[in-house]
Amino acid sequence: MLLWKITRHLLGIVGIVLLGGLISATLVRLAPGFDTDEHQLDPSLSAESVRAMQAARAGEHNVLRYYARYLRGVLHGDLGVSHSLDQPVRTLIHDRWPVTLKVAGVGLVLGWLIATALALAMSLPRVASFEIFGTAVSGAFLCIPAAVLALLSVIWNSPGYLAIALIVFPKIYRYTRNLLAKAYAMPHITAARARGLREARILFWHVLPPAAPQMIALAGITVSIALGASIPVESLCGLPGIGQLAWQAALSRDLPLLVNLTALVTLVTLLANSGADVIVHMVRSREA
Amino acid sequence: MNAARKLACVVVLAVCAASLAAPWLAPSGYAKQFREDPGSPPSRSHWLGTDEIGRDRFARVLYGTRISLLLAPAAALISTLLAAMVGGLAGYLGGIWLRVATGLTDLFLSLPWLFLLITVRAVLPLNVSPVLSVLITFLILGLLGWAASARVLCTSAQSLRTSDFIVQARASGLHGSRLFFVHVLPNLKPVLYAQFWISIPVFILSEANLGILGLGVAEPLPSWGSLLRELEGLVSFRGEPWRLVSLLLLIVVMTSFQTLLSKEEVAA
Amino acid sequence: MMRRRVFLRILVSFALLAGMASAQNGNELRFCLRAEPKTFDPLKVDDDASLTIRYLTGGVLVRVNRQTQALEPELAHSWKLSKDGRQITFKLRIGIQFSDGSPFSAADVAYTMTRLMDPELHSSTGDAFRSGTGTVETRILAPDKITIIFPAPIIGLDRLFDQVAIMSSTASKKAKERAVLGPFFVAEHKSGDHLLLRRNPNYWKKDRSGRQLPYLDAIRLDIQPNRDVEVLRFRRGELDLINAIDTEYYDRLAASSPDVVHDAGASLDTEFMWFNQVANAPIPSYKRDWFRSTSFRRAISSAINRDDLSRVIYHGHAQPAVGPVSPANKFWFNNRLKVESYKPAIALEHLQNDGFRLRDGVLHDKDGHAVEFSIVTNAGNKSRERMAVMIQDDLGRIGIKINVVTLDFPSLIERIAQKFNYEAAILGFQNVDLDPNGQMNIWLSSAEDHAWNPQQKSPETAWEAEIDRLMRAQASAADPKKRKKSFDRVQEIVAEQAPFLYLINKNALSAVSTSVEGAAPVILSPQTYWNADRLTVHSTAQASR
Repeated sequence: MLLWKITRHLLGIVGIVLLGGLISATLVRLAPGFDTDEHQLDPSLSAESVRAMQAARAGEHNVLRYYARYLRGVLHGDLGVSHSLDQPVRTLIHDRWPVTLKVAGVGLVLGWLIATALALAMSLPRVASFEIFGTAVSGAFLCIPAAVLALLSVIWNSPGYLAIALIVFPKIYRYTRNLLAKAYAMPHITAARARGLREARILFWHVLPPAAPQMIALAGITVSIALGASIPVESLCGLPGIGQLAWQAALSRDLPLLVNLTALVTLVTLLANSGADVIVHMVRSREA
Repeated sequence: MNAARKLACVVVLAVCAASLAAPWLAPSGYAKQFREDPGSPPSRSHWLGTDEIGRDRFARVLYGTRISLLLAPAAALISTLLAAMVGGLAGYLGGIWLRVATGLTDLFLSLPWLFLLITVRAVLPLNVSPVLSVLITFLILGLLGWAASARVLCTSAQSLRTSDFIVQARASGLHGSRLFFVHVLPNLKPVLYAQFWISIPVFILSEANLGILGLGVAEPLPSWGSLLRELEGLVSFRGEPWRLVSLLLLIVVMTSFQTLLSKEEVAA
Repeated sequence: MMRRRVFLRILVSFALLAGMASAQNGNELRFCLRAEPKTFDPLKVDDDASLTIRYLTGGVLVRVNRQTQALEPELAHSWKLSKDGRQITFKLRIGIQFSDGSPFSAADVAYTMTRLMDPELHSSTGDAFRSGTGTVETRILAPDKITIIFPAPIIGLDRLFDQVAIMSSTASKKAKERAVLGPFFVAEHKSGDHLLLRRNPNYWKKDRSGRQLPYLDAIRLDIQPNRDVEVLRFRRGELDLINAIDTEYYDRLAASSPDVVHDAGASLDTEFMWFNQVANAPIPSYKRDWFRSTSFRRAISSAINRDDLSRVIYHGHAQPAVGPVSPANKFWFNNRLKVESYKPAIALEHLQNDGFRLRDGVLHDKDGHAVEFSIVTNAGNKSRERMAVMIQDDLGRIGIKINVVTLDFPSLIERIAQKFNYEAAILGFQNVDLDPNGQMNIWLSSAEDHAWNPQQKSPETAWEAEIDRLMRAQASAADPKKRKKSFDRVQEIVAEQAPFLYLINKNALSAVSTSVEGAAPVILSPQTYWNADRLTVHSTAQASR
């Protein structure tokens, strides 16, 4: 029964990833400028050359046919060739994903640490009137463009994951702060305090459990947010990761690369969110 | 009202009043190019100096406030409502609805929307009025920004479904949409408010990035997003602190708004 | 006393020797590439980054000296062009080896040219030689003498060989791209991050004192698309030069360290604006009538304040442009042309003569349509965006409403080259070649790059027919004076008819750290490292990494 459930779930994930690849291929194909090449503006190229360069991409005109061919290739381990970088996609992703894993992963963890620490600090009864401080700090980092934070990290020679942490933490903070505040506002918390329970005990036994499912769900989506933040950070800090690759691919309408990257991002997002769902399920069933 | 909230109230009112009084406070307007004076520091005639082609920065901040402060919250509201509908409803209904909604949301989060935006620009006429282009930009941002919080709302709504007071409400005869709107939705407020507050600066900044695609606020209209993007050049060079005013103003206004409404966020 | 003097002399000689030694170990030059190089095959090079690699690693038969602009012998110590412009004979240097040790001979030149002229190979280098259909013939007369025969005459045939990096005919397929004749070879390539070029131990060139070039041990090229970060790193001492720097960064660097910035004067680049004149373009027909009217275009041209553009946006590091050729191109520039000066009142008068009327501050055409149109340009180029906004302001003063639309490059190309759903556009052109023959695809009315109305089946206006005739005349004339006469007339017609409204000629701006010795920035690309084999970097001045 459980096995069937897991299989069904995994099949669902695979299905959505494939759908994501197809939709992104369609979006890229239909967007204007797909069939163009910078070389069309180069007067030193003859008309035949420009036509030949465009003909090389003729296989991408029919989205469905292209996608079917791409899937056949995937079954053999061939992810296609990027035409903006002239390298097989598989090599590109293989070389770059560890960089992104490190930068986005560490940045995400650090962002959570900063956000929860700040949110908890603001939730302490004595510090309630300093709510403004938390709002202002998180608001400040939310309002600074990601590109500026990335540039600042270049100026101060600080690591890329710090920039990602600073981009991600305000978003986590706001949700966490509200969830914790809501949980603290529950009547039984006041009662518990009146009975003399210690703050730490109140926090771990009475505040966190009701807020936990939502925070875990939040953790799932912050993976997408961190991946999104890695695009400007990697590009500006010169980190050769997936984010930098995605930006390059988008600018040059590199269909093979974009389809693969979308599939990858969809897969990671789905796994993160499904994982969060599973943990929430476990937490809830333990509580029940 | 404590001192902080009083201060926040004053700040918000002052900013609104100033942006409404823009034609009197900055009579030169946001488009006039003082070509003898490009990139100049603050002076008596230009309180925040001029930008690279000589336009008065103070006027641009004031007029930009009007546009961004009006439209960004509107777009944030759209995305919050969409998130509430999709996430909240799916979580509340459960079952197949939940599975479809979560799959849809995850897919939405991963797709390269850049290309949809490029297509939108291509479909719009080149001579679209600046007002229309701004409205369309923020509308699109609102329509695309709901996915992240929808996920969290799903989980919140699921918890609520089995919570005591909902069970009680059902037992007392409340059903369907009335149950959802009166009892479930208000309990999703913490997440909804968080989504709303985060979306505003995110949309303001996104609008500036959309300028790369030809969407966003059209020249010569100023927007906070474009003023904030000026900062990207700042980081290479120091010594021009007046360029940070737009950033500081945004932070102050956002903090004030949030302080004013902070009680609402956690009220059950 | 005597001992002291001798001691001093010994000290001084030691110092000199030490100085020479440190100059000899020239260390590493570091600068940035704006994008990842797309290919390492020198015959397929089309993008800037690959071009840089080719310049630094490829050995050519003749080299255009970027400073004197004269053609100099390189791998070939002499050459002879036939009278009909179809044949060229090179006498090659002997005793030269590729970086992999294999000997260089005429066979390699033959191999390279055959490969270059292969109809399956498509690149700008090869296309420059394709003046007519047919195959190229190579005759190896001796191991150091080769004649190359082309099917049709080629203008400026000898100068074109500056682009042809000779490949090894003997190297294996995998090693083909790595066997080079230039001063450096690609030692390391980390995708997305950097490339490391090391000195080629087999490089044939020696300096006047007999020391083998290059002086540098290595060149490190970091891949960095962002200009802010590039300038930041230069300021911190992590980079030794910025080959082409934007005006705003130039001025800020000049303020703090004036001896690192170089303004080499007017470059060959132009920025210009043009109107869509395509007959069946999907724009309102009344707008098409405006754009196809020469007096309308000339009026708009005189309503644009070019002095302000060069002063405000380029801070004086640019000049108003008058035509497709910049004054820096001394031979080809038609110095009888006058820049269109800013005369809005006269512009309005000319428009009024055509039936345009100013009503309530808005200009209307003779049918009552308000004059409003859009200008598209590419996003990301701040100077161009600012130019569009300033032109918007200028034209607003004569009652014309302009909408500025910045688009990403692919969308822009689709509009201006395929769908023609645009009204006016601003772009720039980077001339790398002094000879206007390379611009045939712009001036011929049947060509694809004839921006305002490409691929005409037959010339739609008399002046375009005249330009066609003149361009063909200059392409078939052998005498440079005759060619200049034809092209001068083309420039005059362009100034009269204004299909392109030329705006600005930018100056060639660059930044070179004081620790680099031997740099002499020029206007021809590559401005700062054109003499890379003679540059040195002083190790003491380099920041620690």
